[in-house]
Amino acid sequence: MYGFEALTFNIHGGYLEAIVRGYRSGLLTAADYNNLCQCETLDDIKMHLSATEYGPYLQNEPSPLHTTTIVEKCTLKLVDEYKHMLAQATEPLSTFLEYITYGHMIDNVVLIVTGTLHERDVQELLEKCHPLGMFDSIATLAVAQNMRELYRLVLVDTPLAPYFSECITSEDLDDMNIEIMRNTLYKAYLEDFYRFCQKLGGATAEIMSDLLAFEADRRAVNITINSIGTELTRDDRRKLYSNFGLLYPYGHEELAVCEDIDQVRAAMEKYPPYQSIFSKLSYGESQMLDKAFYEEEVKRLCLAFEQQFHYGVFFAYMRLREQEIRNLMWISECVAQNQKSRVHDSVVFIF
Amino acid sequence: MKYIDNLPSMDLMRSEKMMFAQLIIPVESAHRAISYLGELGLLQFRDLNDDKSPFQRTFVNQVKRCAEMSRKLRFFKDQIHKAGLMPSPHPVSQPDIELEELEIRLAEHEHELIEMNGNSEKLQQTYNELLEFKMVLQKAGDFLVPGESHSEETELDENVYTNNDYSDTVSLLEQEMQPGPSNQSGVKFISGIICKSKVLRFERMLFRATRGNMLFNQAPAGDRILDRASNEMVQKTVFVVFFSGEQARKKILKICEAFGANCYPIPEDTTKRRQITREVLSRLSELETTLDAGLHHRDAALTSIGFQLTKWMNMVRREKAIYDTLNMLNFDVTKKCLVGEGWCPVFAKTKIQEALQRATFDSNSQMGIIFHVMDSVEPPPTYFRTNHFTNAYQEIVDAYGVAKYQEANPAVYTIVTFPFLFAVMFGDWGHGICLLLGALILIAREKRLGSQKLGSFMEMLFGGRYVLLMMSLFSIYCGLIYNEFFSVPFHIFGTSAYKCRDATCSDARSVGLVKYRDTYPFGVDPSWRGSRSELPFLNSLKMKMSILFGVAQMNLGIVLSYFNARYFSSSLDIKYQFVPQMIFLNSLFGFQGRAYGILGTSDIYNDEEPDSARHPHESHNEEFNFSEVFVHQMIHSIEFVLGAVSNTASYLRLWALSLAHSELSTVFYEKVLLLAWGYDNFIIRLVGLAVFSFATAFILLMMETLSAFLHALRLHWVEFQNKFYSGDGYKFRPFSFASLTDDDD
Repeated sequence: MYGFEALTFNIHGGYLEAIVRGYRSGLLTAADYNNLCQCETLDDIKMHLSATEYGPYLQNEPSPLHTTTIVEKCTLKLVDEYKHMLAQATEPLSTFLEYITYGHMIDNVVLIVTGTLHERDVQELLEKCHPLGMFDSIATLAVAQNMRELYRLVLVDTPLAPYFSECITSEDLDDMNIEIMRNTLYKAYLEDFYRFCQKLGGATAEIMSDLLAFEADRRAVNITINSIGTELTRDDRRKLYSNFGLLYPYGHEELAVCEDIDQVRAAMEKYPPYQSIFSKLSYGESQMLDKAFYEEEVKRLCLAFEQQFHYGVFFAYMRLREQEIRNLMWISECVAQNQKSRVHDSVVFIF
Repeated sequence: MKYIDNLPSMDLMRSEKMMFAQLIIPVESAHRAISYLGELGLLQFRDLNDDKSPFQRTFVNQVKRCAEMSRKLRFFKDQIHKAGLMPSPHPVSQPDIELEELEIRLAEHEHELIEMNGNSEKLQQTYNELLEFKMVLQKAGDFLVPGESHSEETELDENVYTNNDYSDTVSLLEQEMQPGPSNQSGVKFISGIICKSKVLRFERMLFRATRGNMLFNQAPAGDRILDRASNEMVQKTVFVVFFSGEQARKKILKICEAFGANCYPIPEDTTKRRQITREVLSRLSELETTLDAGLHHRDAALTSIGFQLTKWMNMVRREKAIYDTLNMLNFDVTKKCLVGEGWCPVFAKTKIQEALQRATFDSNSQMGIIFHVMDSVEPPPTYFRTNHFTNAYQEIVDAYGVAKYQEANPAVYTIVTFPFLFAVMFGDWGHGICLLLGALILIAREKRLGSQKLGSFMEMLFGGRYVLLMMSLFSIYCGLIYNEFFSVPFHIFGTSAYKCRDATCSDARSVGLVKYRDTYPFGVDPSWRGSRSELPFLNSLKMKMSILFGVAQMNLGIVLSYFNARYFSSSLDIKYQFVPQMIFLNSLFGFQGRAYGILGTSDIYNDEEPDSARHPHESHNEEFNFSEVFVHQMIHSIEFVLGAVSNTASYLRLWALSLAHSELSTVFYEKVLLLAWGYDNFIIRLVGLAVFSFATAFILLMMETLSAFLHALRLHWVEFQNKFYSGDGYKFRPFSFASLTDDDD
């Protein structure tokens, strides 16, 4: 019942919405970033972060610090917050919250499978996995030899199982196959998430469809750019695009036949929301595209907080925190490697 | 006017006079000076490096070192806690050590501990592995043993066992396996141990991976074993998987690895197995003694640290506070002196100067510390010197807003009016005595409770113990006036002034009583109780009384605004704010009194609506041209006019709550206790008594206390304080060691 969420939303969602808005006010501000960018050593970063909400997570870390420790601890905070919210949530919010982690699950599966393919140690790979995308038998992924086995052995028990229906082949796993699998899974996941949000209705559907459409479009552009010059056929490429979003269906037709970045640009500039993103880039450039997309995403995520009584805030918060952790990682890396001139290259200010 | 000026000054009425001072401290005596000031705790430093981030400040390295030391100390505390030892609360007196020395010692201790932990961890791991191996040997051996004994028999008579369903399969497999795991039939086994919680998933995964071509046997391991990943004691299960083929073997090993199952090879040969078991057992006992010795050594080290831990923690906390404060200071141009600015109370000037002199002397500095008073643009902080008793009342006022510098402090009056208004609503001397006992217990245990950590609820109760004491005394007083003891009236002050018309007293409830002697000397005559006119009489009494109290308290508020205006010598406020407000409030009250007289029982709310329009407030704002001031004063006037009516009405809550309290206690007394006493049954009486006492304790003593407290709070914050109190000051927060709390707990 659109517009009437205010009547009933707070019965189950009010507490957690308040919690998530409280968490959100703990995000680092532009002043924090300015201070962080001036840091000379990782200890300075730790010192600055200890005055923020990350303080308790970093205070027991002995010097000298490493970038990975900082990122790990910051992620731990996100995970703790997520677990707290999940424990407090009731249906359908708990399902919604679980949906948020599926993306990480897909990434983890791909990470392990690729790693095993290149004969890396499983423990080492597990440490690199995002903690939000962990599931029980993730380590067993290493056993599988092909997609069918992957599905039959491990993934059938996970929430990812339904997304797998399109990529069960007996082909051996190789880099190309895995990348196609990742994108097929992601496509199925985004469509499923989209359907779920539509089913929830109300402001949640409105805001989430906007956010997810942006995500789908961004993936479509990335797939196109990454597949230029590979042996992926046009039809295969077309199949990897999610069947919703602003670009669906006509934009996809155009993207599917693109041969270089300028054609992508021409196709995208027909869509006013994306025109501004591409207008920032010079012709033939694609490095800065990621940052431009991230900036646009952050802007949209922040807007999700302007409206009340919907679940989009949870999605937005998780994404914003992840962006913040990416920022911290970049800053710490720049500081650790004495590349402070590049510190602003990839930091996306959230406020 | 002279008389008012010559009154003795009230300590709490105005906040302490403050002054803004500048300190110029030579670098060599800076640390000592700050530490002496911290002990004194009467100077609030202003942050002169506001624009700098924490790591750009002067003493950032020292702060970092302190943070590192406190991290080490937290590590020790954690270790001591884990080892189940208690850090001794009374530190053994040891010679004071310097910070540098402490730093070195802490690093040594940490290094030592980490090394010990590392060693014992390694040993523990080996020990665990052996323990697991032992269990696998014992349990998995059981799977293999029956097979062996059977296999011999099968050779004699193969048909005997073929019909058995389950144990048969085992035995057949065992039989095939007899010659060794790598025989031609290809049936091999892997044995190991796994967490109990993972067994089910593990088995399913094995089944899927081998497409069902395997046999899984399991048995629970007896004792709990330390899990390496989570560092917890867990239940584990021993398993044996039988399978065939090299492919399957690889897969199973990978799955074992993925599930964190530890595999241990065991020989099928019984004698060999026994031999290995013996070896394992002997090594286990060896390891156990080594582990114990290590643990003992570690405990001893931790205990010796534990003796000093509290002292060290305090020391590091102080040092960190000193450097944090030093970071607020600026270097002067010559870089030889530190310049600090801050607020201190005027009375503390000599003490501070003394401390600074001592610091100069103790650090053998050539140059003295310069302390001089300056002018400041920002308003001074508010500082009240409170004691145990007044502190809670000051807190009540501060919770609304900290007083503006030197503004009249409502806490002075709150000490009496707050408990009194509470008691008007909670008037029952029985309940009052219960509260009094509670308050007395809290006060008697003040020393003990003050030193320990309490829960949030107890903390609140303990903090407000003197409020509780006053509240209970006043409720006893008001209870005596209302003549209610658990709602029962008593003839304490002589006999009633009324008596029955005749000896039978039959018409006492219908017609009434006659007055035959002087009025009851103190409080409500007990004969009103239960009479036909009890409610009308008490209602009229309490209603009028609450309005009177209200008007009196609001008048006090306005009078305080007069004192404020005099103090800040603003004659405008007296002429155009205090006088009109006084006239308006009291004429309104006079009108109400008259209206009440005419209308008799009509509800007080009805009188007020036309009234507010009939008294045009003397507006004094025309003379100002500034629109802002005009609008502000306009709002203020309207607020006061509306407030005068609604605030007066608001005081009726005194009547309402007091009525509710007495009615509620009457119900519990009459409908529960007396009803139960009417039966001649011991159990019913007991139940009645229990229900009555629970209702009294939880509903009347807890809920009602809380609600009366909140209403009294509201009457003070809103109705009283909005007449004069601006409450937009900020608290004086001196740099003091005493206020350093262990925030890491």
